[in-house]
Amino acid sequence: MATTQRTEIATIDMAEILKNHGHSRDNLIPLLQDIQEHLNYLSPEAISRVADHLGLSENDVYGVATFYAQFRFHPPGRHRIKVCQGTACHVRGGGMVLDAISRKIGIVPGETSPDGNFSLERVACFGSCALPPVVVVDDTVYGRMTARKTEKLIEDLE
Amino acid sequence: MSFAEIQQKAGRSWDRFQSGETPRVLVGAATCGRAAGAMEVMRAFQQGCAADTTLTPIEIHEVGCLGMCYAEPLIEIRGPAGDRVLYESVTPAMVPDLIQIHLGQGRPVAEHALCRMLPQEHSDNGEHIPGFTDLPMIRHQLRIVVRNCGFIDPTDIDHYIARGGYSGIVRAMELGPEATIEEIKLSGLRGRGGAGFPTGLKWSFARKASGNPKYVICNADEGDPGAFMDRSVLESDPHAVLEGLLIAGYAIGANHGYVYCRAEYPLALERLRTGIAQMRANGLLGEDILGSGFGFDVTIKMGAGAFVCGEETSLMQSIEGRRGMPRPRPPFPAHAGLFGKPTNINNVETLAAVSAILEKSGAWYAGIGTEKSKGTKTFSLAGKITRTGLIEVPMGISLRTIIEDIGGGVLDGKGFKAVQTGGPSGGCVPAKHYDLPVDYEHLAQVGSIMGSGGMIVIDKESCMVDVAKYFLGFTENESCGKCVPCRMGTQHLLRLLTAIADGQADENDLETIRMIGDTMKKASLCGLGQTAPNPALTTLDAFMDEYLVHIRDHRCPAGVCKALISFAIDPKSCTGCMACAKVCPVEAITGSKKQPHVVDQQTCIRCGACRQACKFGAVLVE
Ligand SMILES: Cc1cc2nc3c(=O)[nH]c(=O)nc-3n(C[C@H](O)[C@H](O)[C@H](O)COP(=O)(O)O)c2cc1C
Ligand code: SF4
Ligand code: SF4
Ligand code: SF4
Ligand code: FES
Repeated sequence: MATTQRTEIATIDMAEILKNHGHSRDNLIPLLQDIQEHLNYLSPEAISRVADHLGLSENDVYGVATFYAQFRFHPPGRHRIKVCQGTACHVRGGGMVLDAISRKIGIVPGETSPDGNFSLERVACFGSCALPPVVVVDDTVYGRMTARKTEKLIEDLE
Repeated sequence: MSFAEIQQKAGRSWDRFQSGETPRVLVGAATCGRAAGAMEVMRAFQQGCAADTTLTPIEIHEVGCLGMCYAEPLIEIRGPAGDRVLYESVTPAMVPDLIQIHLGQGRPVAEHALCRMLPQEHSDNGEHIPGFTDLPMIRHQLRIVVRNCGFIDPTDIDHYIARGGYSGIVRAMELGPEATIEEIKLSGLRGRGGAGFPTGLKWSFARKASGNPKYVICNADEGDPGAFMDRSVLESDPHAVLEGLLIAGYAIGANHGYVYCRAEYPLALERLRTGIAQMRANGLLGEDILGSGFGFDVTIKMGAGAFVCGEETSLMQSIEGRRGMPRPRPPFPAHAGLFGKPTNINNVETLAAVSAILEKSGAWYAGIGTEKSKGTKTFSLAGKITRTGLIEVPMGISLRTIIEDIGGGVLDGKGFKAVQTGGPSGGCVPAKHYDLPVDYEHLAQVGSIMGSGGMIVIDKESCMVDVAKYFLGFTENESCGKCVPCRMGTQHLLRLLTAIADGQADENDLETIRMIGDTMKKASLCGLGQTAPNPALTTLDAFMDEYLVHIRDHRCPAGVCKALISFAIDPKSCTGCMACAKVCPVEAITGSKKQPHVVDQQTCIRCGACRQACKFGAVLVE
């Protein structure tokens, strides 16, 4: 079963990842980033392993993790669509692009589609403000997007 | 190896790169280039060159960003005749011609060319290609911070060294720490991260502070939406920044540096990692740098997506593994910073200027700019402007020169209304100040700030209430919530601005905005809350009439605020081309070919896509 496999991989990675980081508190955020890089999100198990490793309470770890926009506590979709809502994108129609995608896949920003195919996020700025509006799909940056082009892009992913 | 030997080796590698012997393709592959499709173009060159057996071997390199982001992907070709031509908006479809004609036959393809990179030394076969420094976007610029961006391979330390790199730290070591600080003071350099605090003075505080160890931090968080100067420099010339950090460490007596760079900048992070490894390999990092006895090391910390972490005390909390919440100052970081130790923190651009200043001298830098604002400033031009991109200009240049001459004016001739400077902490400068000299003092005089250098150009089709509401939405979301004036103030301001945009406010609300804004300015703990009301307050000052039309007439004159507008098609100018119907996401537009179309008001969600799509100006907004 796919799910058990995933957990197993996660368990193996976790020990390896923990080994690469020291035990002082300033390792906390890099550790969480490293785990999320491999697991795609922070599972309850991950949080508790990190807390143990650093000698912190789980509360403390959650407190830090929830403060930062980067961390997720649920697995994301297979394709992660991020739409820039920065100033330059805003004045050149970034909101329109986000609305169009949201309608197209039927979820609002912050959600994952029920079939697990997509998750949608709004991002404050990618620093590609010279080519607005900007959409990032699975780490590829697309500049000069329109609602139409983004819909096509998503259709091609499906 | 001695530094002289390192320089010699670098010089040889640079000469080889510059010489005409091997034809080359340089791909502008910073994030802006990639977003426009540079990597597909690069693959097309790789495949095309490999397939063409008649060509001499061609070398293909990634370079950084020249700043002309509007024309990306930008490709420079160094043909067999040694001429160097920059091509704009290159697509994979254009690549076969570029290979065959320019790389094969040695003739530039004039129709796709933007400029020649070398002064006109080579024959011109009748075609007219301007020189790089003749381009209107480049002519008014003075490249110090971005001196190498787009010219060197950012993954090759030799290129940086051959162009004068790391001679700044060598000179600093000859001068000694105290004289190095004096050199920075002499230059007049002020911090480019926003507040404009004199860098030399800041360094002298950290040097004098007692406590061990000491730290230096490079602030590469660049959370301001609309700003991308720091990203471009890190991606295009990471060593300029790393050398600046090394000099700062040497000057204040720190042996450890941090670069705090946001996770949204993966390529910048990669360039930094490569750069640090190369420094180490060249003896420019480690225990005994260039035999001087001075030891220094750098750690990269990746931000985790919180705007407030750009604030220095918050950033240090974040490095320590805590929630990035600011704390009151004093104590200042110079006395009790990272891990409670004396710490100096500088912005990316500040540090890139530092390495140039040490290389060339403080007096040289002080000769540029205005009396109180020395040197140059980078700006990211974005919004409704023809030539978007990254520029560097001497302080004191006028807004008009930046927007009209360099940026090519407002997009589609829609008329200049205002420019938003300084991001969420800044304000809007209205058209009446078009001739304002751009420096710290003059921007402050008109109620805005330099900030980190984001410039968002706003045209007559943009709504100022919407702009203010946008920024408050941002700061409300990013407020860390530690102090009440900011936490409650941003929420309240956002609610009031939303009510105005929805046509549900009255004039008393404008007074309330002013009152809350003043309170936040005085009572907030950190810069975020102290400056968050600026976009609202400056637009209120300059565009009161626009606010009043929203409130009194329930109209949005620019046609932006959704609750107050509706779209209709003018039957007289509609040609029935159907372009609008194709883009309408909810199929609210009907009509047959060549017949006037109509909008069904019930279905329309006022997204405005039809208005953008119509080439005949037939979609009207009311
Ligand atoms: C909310 C907030 C966000 C900030 N973000 C940044 C940033 O992204 N980059 C930066 O260099 N400075 C930022 N600053 C300014 C820093 O706190 C600090 O003044 C600066 O890094 C000092 O470097 P400089 O003297 O070289 O300008 C921010 C300040 C505030 C209040
Ligand atoms: S002003 Fe805002 S961001 Fe700054 S400490 Fe207060 S609540 Fe946090
Ligand atoms: S795009 Fe313009 S001209 Fe064409 S059908 Fe629509 S309104 Fe008419
Ligand atoms: S504004 Fe949007 S929804 Fe309304 S008619 Fe135009 S395209 Fe369709
Ligand atoms: S505003 Fe969208 S990338 Fe910066």
